[in-house]
Amino acid sequence: MDYYYDLHIHSCLSPCGDSDMTPYNLVNMAALMGFDIIALTDHNTAGNCRAAQKAGEAAGITVVAGMELCTAEEVHMVCLFPEADSAEAFSAFVKTTLPPVKNKPHIFGNQYYMDEQDAILGEEEILLLTASSLTVSELPARVAEYGGFCYPAHIDRDSYSILSNLGMIDPSFGFRAVEIFDPQKTESLKVQHPILQQMKIFHSSDAHYLDKMQEPAHKITLPENTPQALLTYLQSL
Amino acid sequence: MTVQTLMDALKLTVLTEGDLSAEVTGCYCGDLLSWVMSRAEAGDVWLTVMGNINSVGVAVLADIACIVLTENAALDAEAKQRAIDNDVTILTTGDNTYVTAAKIYELLKE
Repeated sequence: MDYYYDLHIHSCLSPCGDSDMTPYNLVNMAALMGFDIIALTDHNTAGNCRAAQKAGEAAGITVVAGMELCTAEEVHMVCLFPEADSAEAFSAFVKTTLPPVKNKPHIFGNQYYMDEQDAILGEEEILLLTASSLTVSELPARVAEYGGFCYPAHIDRDSYSILSNLGMIDPSFGFRAVEIFDPQKTESLKVQHPILQQMKIFHSSDAHYLDKMQEPAHKITLPENTPQALLTYLQSL
Repeated sequence: MTVQTLMDALKLTVLTEGDLSAEVTGCYCGDLLSWVMSRAEAGDVWLTVMGNINSVGVAVLADIACIVLTENAALDAEAKQRAIDNDVTILTTGDNTYVTAAKIYELLKE
C-alpha cells in the first residue's frame, strides 16, 4: 500500500517549536490533513514521542518515534525508531553527549514535555538546540544499536545540512537515504551529487508551527502502515 | 576598546545596533555554534559567517560584545529581528575571518 508521509515534524519540546505544536495538536492536524504516517523528530530528544503515539492511536494515524539529532559537525540527521522504548533509550544516551548548557526560554523558547492530552508534564532544562558529540560517521551504527535508522536532514538547506557543513556526501558514510526539503531541487542536486541517484529521497515538512505543516504530497510504499514496517523498509535500502 | 571604537577602526558596517559602548576584551572565531556557545567568553568579538537566528541566541548566551559577520556573510531576516529584540550588535565586513582577527589582535594589543 502507498501511504502519505511526513517524517520530520517538531513538537513544543523543541525550543524553536511553537507552543501550539503539542503532541495532540500536531498528530490530529496531520490526521485531518490526510497523512497516514508521520514521525515526531524533536531536536536531540524523543521525549514527546510516546505521547504523540498515544494521540496517534486515538486519531487513527501512525506515529513513528524519532529525533532530529545535531551531530558534532552541526549536521542535522533524521533518526527513526521502531517503537517509543528504543527511541527513549537512544534519547537518554544522546542526552549524555550534549553540552551541559541550560536553556534560556526567553531566547530559545520553552521545551515542554507533554502527555497526549496536552497536559504539561515538565520542562527540559538542558538546551536541546546544541550539538551532540556524536559524529556523522559514527551515527548510523549508534542508531542501529537501538534498532533505528538515520539519514541526513534537509540536505538542500544552507545551514545544519550535510552539504552545507561537509560539502559532500562521502560514500564511506554509507547513507542510503536523504531528506530534501524542496522537491524542486531534487534533480539539480542529483546532477551535482550523483551519489544521490542511488538513494531513497524523502520530502518532509520540518514543521515547527501548525500552519507550516504541508498538505500530503509524498507517498511511501509499505506492506503495512506501522513504524516497524517503515524501519524494515529503511533497513532494506 | 568599545564596540564603537572597533567599528570605526575597522570600518565595519552596522546591521543591528545594540550597546555600542560595550567593552571589547577579546575575540573568538568560529562557525560551529555549539562550539562557540561553550567556548566564547563574555566581552569577546565573535567572528563568524553564520548569520542565522541561532547565532543571536549564542551571542546572548555567551554575553559577547558583538558579532562580526565576515566576508559579507548574509544575516537572515528572522535573525536580524531577533538581534534587534535582544539588543545584539551585528556588524559586517568584506574581509575574511583571518584578516579581521589579525586587525583586532593589533587593536587589542594597544
